[in-house]
Amino acid sequence: MTTTLAPPDTPAASPLDALTPEQIESFGEEMDAIRQRLLAERGEDDATYIRGLIRAQRGLEIGGRALLWAGVFPPAWLAGTAALSLSKILDNMEIGHNVMHGQYDWMNDPKLSGERFEWDTACPADQWRHSHNYMHHTHTNIVGKDRDIGYGVLRMSEEQEWTPYYLGNPLWAALLATFFQYGVALHDLEVEQPLGEADERARKLRLAKGIWEKVRRQTLRDYVLYPALSGPFFAFPLTGAATANLARNLWAFTIIFCGHFPEGTHEFSEEETEDETRGQWYHRQVLGSANLSGGPLFHILSGNLSFQIEHHLFPDLPAHRYAQISVDVQEACERYGIPYNVGPLHRQFGSVVAKIFRLALPRPARRALPGPARLGGFAKQVAARLRP
Amino acid sequence: MTAFDVTLSSDMPTRLARSAPLRLLDAFAGPHGVDGYLEQIDPLLVTGECRAEVLAVERGTEESVTLTLRPNRAWRGFRAGQFVQVAVEVDGARHRRCYSPASAEGRQELEITVKRHPGGLVSNFLADRAEPGMVLDLSPAEGDFRLLRPLPDSVLLIGGGSGITPLMAILRTLLAQGYERPVALLHYAPDPARAIYRAELERLAARHPGFRLLRSYTRAPGAGELDGHFSPLHLPRSEPRFAEAETFACGPPALLDAVRGTWANGLEQRLHVESFVPPDLPPAGEPGEGAIRFAASGIEAANSGASLLEQAEDAGIAAEFGCRMGICHTCTRRKLAGAHRNLITGETSAEPDEEIQLCVSAALGDLTLDL
Repeated sequence: MTTTLAPPDTPAASPLDALTPEQIESFGEEMDAIRQRLLAERGEDDATYIRGLIRAQRGLEIGGRALLWAGVFPPAWLAGTAALSLSKILDNMEIGHNVMHGQYDWMNDPKLSGERFEWDTACPADQWRHSHNYMHHTHTNIVGKDRDIGYGVLRMSEEQEWTPYYLGNPLWAALLATFFQYGVALHDLEVEQPLGEADERARKLRLAKGIWEKVRRQTLRDYVLYPALSGPFFAFPLTGAATANLARNLWAFTIIFCGHFPEGTHEFSEEETEDETRGQWYHRQVLGSANLSGGPLFHILSGNLSFQIEHHLFPDLPAHRYAQISVDVQEACERYGIPYNVGPLHRQFGSVVAKIFRLALPRPARRALPGPARLGGFAKQVAARLRP
Repeated sequence: MTAFDVTLSSDMPTRLARSAPLRLLDAFAGPHGVDGYLEQIDPLLVTGECRAEVLAVERGTEESVTLTLRPNRAWRGFRAGQFVQVAVEVDGARHRRCYSPASAEGRQELEITVKRHPGGLVSNFLADRAEPGMVLDLSPAEGDFRLLRPLPDSVLLIGGGSGITPLMAILRTLLAQGYERPVALLHYAPDPARAIYRAELERLAARHPGFRLLRSYTRAPGAGELDGHFSPLHLPRSEPRFAEAETFACGPPALLDAVRGTWANGLEQRLHVESFVPPDLPPAGEPGEGAIRFAASGIEAANSGASLLEQAEDAGIAAEFGCRMGICHTCTRRKLAGAHRNLITGETSAEPDEEIQLCVSAALGDLTLDL
């Protein structure tokens, strides 16, 4: 299932060069043809699907809030928290993320317009559209351009230069997962970068104000307004909402980190991706992405990011169609000898966790978690790095 | 009826002003707003958008369908003669079309009559598929073609095809208010079977002595009071005299050109004209023809045939953009009018009021952007 390529520390040629330019262009034309076929089919079924999902999400949210209002009764708290968690997961992933890609712009419905949609999370929708739709989807896995590689916090690629800060890689990852909605919200702000020139500072101040405004509204709603309705029992809706936010954070982190970091995905340099053709762009999207296998409910809850490869090839096609086209994409990849990376969640996420630990160390020490046996070498490497 | 004239325009805020309790509700509702939940109960419950439910459907002629609509409380009414934009969903996608209500002012229910256009997506959809219970989106009423107050001393109406609809609103409004001064309608249709509102017009003419109905069936000579296409000879020789009457003309361009030619030498100020062109078939030009109008910037530039993003930049507009290859949708903007081609898929569309990606779209002839 998972296709493992040559280890990145062998000086093999870039996977981008594995195909001839003619093959790459012909692969690109096949991808365009798949896209055209789907565009011709797109219609009422897609509208019915997304509206049905929105209906389910709104129902789960209202139901969840109502149950949490009576959260003093443990079964109500449990059911309410579960419903609110599901509501936030659906809202952010299968609805928000996909609508904001413009997947439903063709419907011309202002409520489903990618430009106008706002979602139930800390990150303001307009900032997300920039950092995600443009920066990440255009520059997928290009080190130095795609800030999704580690979110400016983690070391997720050998190409990122090691500093002692990255010794905390696993800890930073755990913190990022826990507070993921805030990590995403701060994404566009590039807080780890120097402040820059005056106009850059003004831009960042504008972004920060937008984030603050959104976080304030979200916090007020989840942690003040709804709890206040329960009077003396305010703690139950409050802890319910906190748990729902945490559940959504952990789930979203897990799914998103399985998109580009499992074993076998590739990162690229700015030089090797300069002046890309459309075919080369398609090729890079496949090489840099990984899929998760699972059932229909799993795919919906993952926002169909379980079809990360298809999503990166066709980010603005309705995501619930990815399953259908994945058959053709995988078949084409096999014919061209392009690795199509797919595996179950436990295996893909396991390899991501392994990578997070591995890259805490200065040099790629493949397939070895830091254990007692390696601690000596590890200490030496740290000492070597710290020496002036 | 109000004594003064209320001007409704497209920039009138459709969102009602939010009172303090509503703002608190908004805070509870969060990112999707109160309407995001209300519409799950009933699409007509929304507070910020004007919508209407189809109450009745009558297929009056083979070519037309008349819908009775009940608007929700966001609807602010209209002046007889004005039009509304109606959004209809066909195969998942919304299409906006302008229709002039034919009902009298001040009624709770709104009536629109839609005539089939050959190949017309929306008109044929409504003619074939409209049914009670369907919900349509409405814009506020727009247009300067409307019955003014105080009411004129005499009124002449000239209409052809579906152009009869705003004239019907004017006529019904006048007669419902007991207007007893002279009114005449020159009605052009191919034959009696295709004359929209024929039966009702005959009833009204029988009941109101001040109303004269003059019909010409262009493909059925002898069937009406007049024959052939509009000519000055068709104008009533008794009251209302065309030189004095407030005249409202609506219909296909050829009819209106003939009418305009007659109202010359200072009479034009009494003539009000509304052109009805089938919106489904606007002439798509070639890349490099026509002009691009950037409505929000107030700039117009000749269409060079390049992508709309490049043309906006050449015109000095700082348009937002991202990937410049049709992926990220950062440059998506609203096309208000005109035809365009998607440079990647080759698809063309002449749909008014739709969101397009500027970086991969080129104009085919004249095009207006909300930029």
